[in-house]
Amino acid sequence: MSVQAHAVADDHAHDHGHHHKETFVTKYIFSQDHKMISKQYLITGLIMGIIGIAMSLLFRMQLAWPGQSFPIFEALLGKWAPGGVMDADIYLALVTIHGTIMVFFVLTAGLSGTFSNLLIPLQIGARDMASGFLNMLSYWMFFTSSVIMVISLFVEAGPAAAGWTIYPPLSALPMAQPGSGMGMTLWLVSMAIFIASSLLGSLNYIVTVINLRTKGMSMTRLPLTIWAFFVTAIIGVISFPVLLSAALLLLMDRSFGTSFFLSDIFIQGEVLHYQGGSPVLYEHLFWFLGHPEVYIVILPAMGIVSEVMSVNARKPIFGYRAMIASILAIAFLSTIVWGHHMFISGMNPFLGSVFTFTTLLIAIPSAVKAFNWITTLWKGNLQLNPGMLFSIGMVSTFITGGLTGIVLGDSTLDINVHDTYFVVAHFHLVMGISALYGLFAGVYHWFPKMFQGRMMSKNLGYIHFWITAVGSYGVFFPMHFVGMAGVPRRYYENTAFPMFDELVDVQVLMTVFAIITAGAQLIFLYNFIRSMFYGERGPQNPWNATTLEWTAPQEHIHGNWPGEIPEVHRWCYDYSKTYDNGEYILKGQDFVPQHIPLQEGEEELQH
Amino acid sequence: MTAFLTITVLVLVAIAIWQMTKIFELSQVRAKAGNSEVATEEDNRYNGYLMFLFLVFIYGITIFSFWKYGKFILPEAASEHGGEYDSLMLWTFVIIFIVQIITQALLHYFAFKYRGEEGRKALFFADNDRLEFIWTIIPVIVLAGLILWGLYTWTSIMDINDEDDPLIVELYAQQFNWTARYGGADNVLGEANVRLIDIDRANVLGLDESDPNGVDDILVKELHLPVGRKVNFKFRSQDVLHSAYMPHFRAQMNCVPGMVTEFSFTPTVTTAEMRQRPEIIDKVQRTNALRAERAAAGEPNSDPWEFDYVLLCNKICGKSHYNMQLKIVVETEEEYQAWIESQQTFGQTMASMQP
Repeated sequence: MSVQAHAVADDHAHDHGHHHKETFVTKYIFSQDHKMISKQYLITGLIMGIIGIAMSLLFRMQLAWPGQSFPIFEALLGKWAPGGVMDADIYLALVTIHGTIMVFFVLTAGLSGTFSNLLIPLQIGARDMASGFLNMLSYWMFFTSSVIMVISLFVEAGPAAAGWTIYPPLSALPMAQPGSGMGMTLWLVSMAIFIASSLLGSLNYIVTVINLRTKGMSMTRLPLTIWAFFVTAIIGVISFPVLLSAALLLLMDRSFGTSFFLSDIFIQGEVLHYQGGSPVLYEHLFWFLGHPEVYIVILPAMGIVSEVMSVNARKPIFGYRAMIASILAIAFLSTIVWGHHMFISGMNPFLGSVFTFTTLLIAIPSAVKAFNWITTLWKGNLQLNPGMLFSIGMVSTFITGGLTGIVLGDSTLDINVHDTYFVVAHFHLVMGISALYGLFAGVYHWFPKMFQGRMMSKNLGYIHFWITAVGSYGVFFPMHFVGMAGVPRRYYENTAFPMFDELVDVQVLMTVFAIITAGAQLIFLYNFIRSMFYGERGPQNPWNATTLEWTAPQEHIHGNWPGEIPEVHRWCYDYSKTYDNGEYILKGQDFVPQHIPLQEGEEELQH
Repeated sequence: MTAFLTITVLVLVAIAIWQMTKIFELSQVRAKAGNSEVATEEDNRYNGYLMFLFLVFIYGITIFSFWKYGKFILPEAASEHGGEYDSLMLWTFVIIFIVQIITQALLHYFAFKYRGEEGRKALFFADNDRLEFIWTIIPVIVLAGLILWGLYTWTSIMDINDEDDPLIVELYAQQFNWTARYGGADNVLGEANVRLIDIDRANVLGLDESDPNGVDDILVKELHLPVGRKVNFKFRSQDVLHSAYMPHFRAQMNCVPGMVTEFSFTPTVTTAEMRQRPEIIDKVQRTNALRAERAAAGEPNSDPWEFDYVLLCNKICGKSHYNMQLKIVVETEEEYQAWIESQQTFGQTMASMQP
């Protein structure tokens, strides 16, 4: 496979782009070029993101002003908001689809899909992915699953509404909830296609990283972005098939009368035939994917942040090998901690002890990463570009959100905060906001690489960052207190419990921050679309980075580099490296690109 | 259909804005030269200062939240294991806040202090084994302590046994209400299965009518517990997953159709005593002030409130998930006995149903 790819790649090296004419369809739609596919991923992901965030605003409004009538509800939700008052069923549907879209469609496909595609070939020095065709197929399956998910919003009985974890029996029985009819079927079909897409993509990334590195690019010279994407792909391949099996078994329970997850059910006046299954089995299968999934979301963001931070700090990333070791440790541990979502599910309490142990272990590599990022800033010469700001912001939210994980990962403490707003605050900060910051950092940083050297407006970027940074803390910091007051998540309104009455002020505060923060994303969208067409063209290497992608010409060509692929002679973090006498290695510039051979008298450090 | 139309209109508006900006852009003479989209020294300075301000903001919102919302946090635990839970939580939070305060300070202070300047040389500092060892070993030690303490507490909470003559209570969940079942005089629950449910004969929990243990069982819609006596809960659900969440007792367990789950705790504070606690009196006052405002405005949910323990459903279970609750009353042994004796047993209910 890889030999073939090499052969094809070498062909292109000699006469790139001349021998086959690109039509509109092969260039923009069914493209097999990784750069175009990455843009397709990004734009699809952003559109899904708009839908997901818009949904969150709708239910946040309901939470802040329960039962009030808003014309926008009636306009967008139609029959689900008679007289502008949101219906309780559609509230659950909104939180469900918001979660699904944000986790899978935005942060898995939109983040990992975009940057794995863009950066793997460019940063390892490859002409393209190992299989351009599989790559194209992967995108189009993702697109299909997105379309099905959006279509499910329009079915008669409403979309899936059992929470993004779709625990049966609620998700299995249409009598339990209208959303568990056609809406849930479409959800499952969409996710099955999504998983196939993700697997095709991941296998491609793994093969590409292993086989198509350019000469001299040893594994320990890879940028941390590539390490992160590589390991993300591996845990994706390990865990996504398990979700597929859960989805298929659930489909069978729903449609063919099997009893994998169902037993002893009496609903709406009748006993159902199901016997012997267990919802807890479903929970195990779901979280065997579900927990690695949150690392599938956050690892690419960590990789992007490491790279962007090092470039803009004009310093090597601190503890390169420790960073790789942490990525590997996190990836390994992420597959054996799933039970911490199930401490009080009725599983054996001894298992709870085991999962507490593994879960708190995962805090160690996470802490190492955070300390290494902070040290990377120390004594740097920080170029505070928008990408850099989002990277620093990511470390901040990752710490704030990660620390509360110590509470939730402890089976004892989990008892009383499980499924409350405390959890919601925790994971939104640590994997939602942090991963989004990673996405933004990546977009600002590599926009010139995606769009032929055009750059996004930095001033709009600054406005975007500062509003978002303040707003996200404004939404999610007070939310911890709501959780500590005992308010359960997924409540349509909290008015049924007088003990929650006084919390309505907090809800209003959070909703106002949410609306402002979402508004700031419009600035980003405007900046993105405007810069795509009218962005100023910067130099070939605008951030003075060492990695290979900046040696490729701005104009996208099939095969990435005209002529030979550059050979790599050093690791990718030679920023501000000096001789013993304090002179930069290359006169007049504080960085040494990876393709520059070792200079005379230069010491190659073993990192 | 309306939704579809709205979306179409929104898309069209977006296209219109895009076209307008395009015209606007084209009408501008592009005068700027050089590469203006990379941060300049001035940008670094402004954003560096903002980073420092942002640190102040993080501390500020922390203090604000504690000052304004700290009083909303659940009151001191009303169960025996709850005390241990609360102190573990407290120490965990002490550690969390120490780490949070230090790391955020370093992060943002460095971002401010080392903001890019012309002529500044970054330090080529790629690794340092001793530093890395230190910040690996410190989390290891701290987490080991937390893990051990947590596991010890967890094991003792989850060790559900029949020592100390516990009261046996079943909590039965269905969309969207709770039923409590007491073992009655023999303190033993009769066998039950959803296949035995007979709504017409008021056998709503599916009790086996031939099981002698079940005859004296008592089914109620309000949970009464005697203070100071251990209660072993058995949870069942007849339809979907529910979760029995009793926040004041630091107790929670999922109710899973097809299996019986368990939790155990000893209530230590009666409802009457709880109502006398200063923080509860304050909370009730604040809440009733809000409710009085609502009453004046003619809005719903405006009746004055009196504190009560409550059982909430905490696992998404459908449309009325948000209102699936059961009142819990903790009272003295004598009050409890008087209450339980006034309840009808399952056998009596069945007998009264006979034609």
